[in-house]
Amino acid sequence: MNATTPVPTRRRLLATAGVAVGASLMPMAPKLSRAQAANTIRIGVLNDQSGIYSYLAGVDGVAMVQAAAQEFGNRGFTVEILSADHQNRPDVGSNIVRQWVDRDGVDMVIDVPTSSVGLAVNQVMREKNKAYVNVGSATSDLTGAQCSPNTVHWVYDTYMLAKSTGGATVRAGGDTWFFITADYAFGHALERDTANFVRQAGGRVLGQVRTPFPGTSDFSSFLVQAQSSRAKVIGLANAGGDTTNCIKQAAEFGITRRGVKLAALLMFIQDVGALGLPTAQGLVMTESFYWDLNDRTRAFTQRVRGRLARNGVPNMVTAGNYSGTLHYLKAVADMGVAAAKASGVEAINKMKAMPVEDEAFGRSTIRPDGRRLIPSFLFEVKKPEESTGAWDFLKLLQTTPADEAFRPMTEGGCALVRS
Amino acid sequence: MDEIFGIPIPLLFGQLLLGLINGAFYAMLSLGLAIIFGLLNIINFTHGAQFMMGAFVAWMLLSLGSADAARIGLALLLLPLVVLLLDWLWLKLRLAQPIRLGLGVFVSAAWIAACFLENGGPVARALGAMFPNGLSYWWALLIGPIVVGASGVLLERLMIAQLYKLDHLYGLLLTFGVGLIIEGIFRNEFGSSGLPYRIPPELSGAWDLGFMFMPVYRGWVVLAALILCLATWLVIEKTRLGAYLRAATERAELVQAFGINVPLMITLTYGAGVALAAVGGVLAAPIYSVNPQMGVNLIIVVFAVVVIGGMGSILGSILVGFGLGVVEGLTKVFWPEASATVIFVIMAIVLLTRPAGLFGRA
Repeated sequence: MNATTPVPTRRRLLATAGVAVGASLMPMAPKLSRAQAANTIRIGVLNDQSGIYSYLAGVDGVAMVQAAAQEFGNRGFTVEILSADHQNRPDVGSNIVRQWVDRDGVDMVIDVPTSSVGLAVNQVMREKNKAYVNVGSATSDLTGAQCSPNTVHWVYDTYMLAKSTGGATVRAGGDTWFFITADYAFGHALERDTANFVRQAGGRVLGQVRTPFPGTSDFSSFLVQAQSSRAKVIGLANAGGDTTNCIKQAAEFGITRRGVKLAALLMFIQDVGALGLPTAQGLVMTESFYWDLNDRTRAFTQRVRGRLARNGVPNMVTAGNYSGTLHYLKAVADMGVAAAKASGVEAINKMKAMPVEDEAFGRSTIRPDGRRLIPSFLFEVKKPEESTGAWDFLKLLQTTPADEAFRPMTEGGCALVRS
Repeated sequence: MDEIFGIPIPLLFGQLLLGLINGAFYAMLSLGLAIIFGLLNIINFTHGAQFMMGAFVAWMLLSLGSADAARIGLALLLLPLVVLLLDWLWLKLRLAQPIRLGLGVFVSAAWIAACFLENGGPVARALGAMFPNGLSYWWALLIGPIVVGASGVLLERLMIAQLYKLDHLYGLLLTFGVGLIIEGIFRNEFGSSGLPYRIPPELSGAWDLGFMFMPVYRGWVVLAALILCLATWLVIEKTRLGAYLRAATERAELVQAFGINVPLMITLTYGAGVALAAVGGVLAAPIYSVNPQMGVNLIIVVFAVVVIGGMGSILGSILVGFGLGVVEGLTKVFWPEASATVIFVIMAIVLLTRPAGLFGRA
């Protein structure tokens, strides 16, 4: 062997491997020169990519942000997209966001499902003065007690779900309720908002049970407790696999056959797929986006569905990721990259000032407290014989117009509004 | 109505029964873990993934005629079984070890490559053509454990067997890693929202017990789990094979000196433990959502069951499995928020007072 060639010693191999591993652990952020960096907007997509909520958006949520950035094109600045898995843990989520802002120069964070994580990131983004478009979290506290000038809340919240699904159920005669609630910020908010509607409509809440999250797969005990309360409606203040497990097991224990109604307060079209129409038929659910709603949403779905790796069709969260990214980029183009990078509050203010328009949701506006106003749609799950093809799952029951769908700004207790 | 601590007695009975049902799953899974730990000294953290694979095999069998993913998935999952059968044939033909290995690698590569052809390749297409209506739950109960057990045997031969010389920790890390990889692959292929699987028509419906509504299927789960646990216990405690197993647990070299093929016995024990997990998965498919994470939550609890029962104690894991199911069920009534924690509190107390577990020997 030639003496001048570097001999790959064991130690060097180890060092190389160590560097490679270290590099692969870092979020994907290519190092750019200063000049380039000044003209680049960095968007961080933070969501659940491996756990119970990963099907809501997950990698498909990232793909939809990329779709929006690509369609937006290059209007004098480049867009870079980072993504990470927050594992539904607030500590993990806020750490990633801190690193993104401090080390990688991220200007905007989008998605962030799981309300506990969504609220934790809300604090960090305010402290760092960056823009935060929350799509995936449900808690209405994001535009209420914990509202922030750095935050907009994009497609839905617990109040909207409670008003649409809860209101319709009470009107249909379901005036006594028992809640099965996921024991964290989201479940509590959904239960609270729904219980308010039930009481306002003259109904009564007979009890509730808080189930550990994550980590509960058997809900039969809770369902039997709910049934023995003699409530007419069991409100499921949970989401994802928790909801589908509850519905499956309620059918198994004959609870629905005995005339007790289930109100799945947050359900996505993918949940219907997981249950299958024979089990899910007849359930009512509220969405702000359905792929088969009108020509506009069908065209949108046709255009983007090739990008979805796991979900057959976009749901309101993936569609919201697209729409939120597009609107943010429009605001950046309008105000200039430098100004947008300098202040998250200014970028959010610009977003609020501009009318929102895209193919997924049509036209909409954003309120001073950060709430985007869009209509909510109450759907019923079709019977198997009514469905004509894959993902043809829902029929529209009623529409709540944008100005009535969400909590009035004065009732939210948002400090931005009072001042 | 009579009450205990403010809870109506009928409700309490209902919860006891539901606790027993959940306990059946704990017992079945911890039994597999205990057998594996007893003989292999390996803490099998792949158990949750193998449980999940069992449920997925049930779904795949049912959907053979209707879903591409089911056909391809089953074709790939059949590979370990095929490799093992071929290897056994080659062994009978007295082929040399390197040749067998080479052939095995070749067959695997060809099989996997074939599954990525148009329409899932010949195997997947043949499966779809043979069973256009899919295979029912009862077939799944038979085929699931065989297919998943075969994958376990292969895992033991190729990987775990390399680690017996080393500390427990390495086996734990290996099986943990393999479990994560399997779950990752399933998540990638099937998403995480879950797949529909209905209760078989023969077992649907429910009995009205007066104090509660008891689904026939849940009754079947308890019965099946009791039979399995009892059978396993009898085999290990009362048969000659069980005596060999117990002897090998104590002094493997000595048993081998008597002419018993201990490595084969170890491999088959691992396969049997994995098959038990797969049966659990098939039994769980109609009541829990069939998704890649379904094993993750369960495995931690089941591990706690094994620790409380005493590592490697068969009877301990069965009794503690059912017992903790009941304790958890009662917690769900009195303090629902703590129901996910109570088992670990008990584990901590048991470890502090009886470090070897309730039924373990120090």
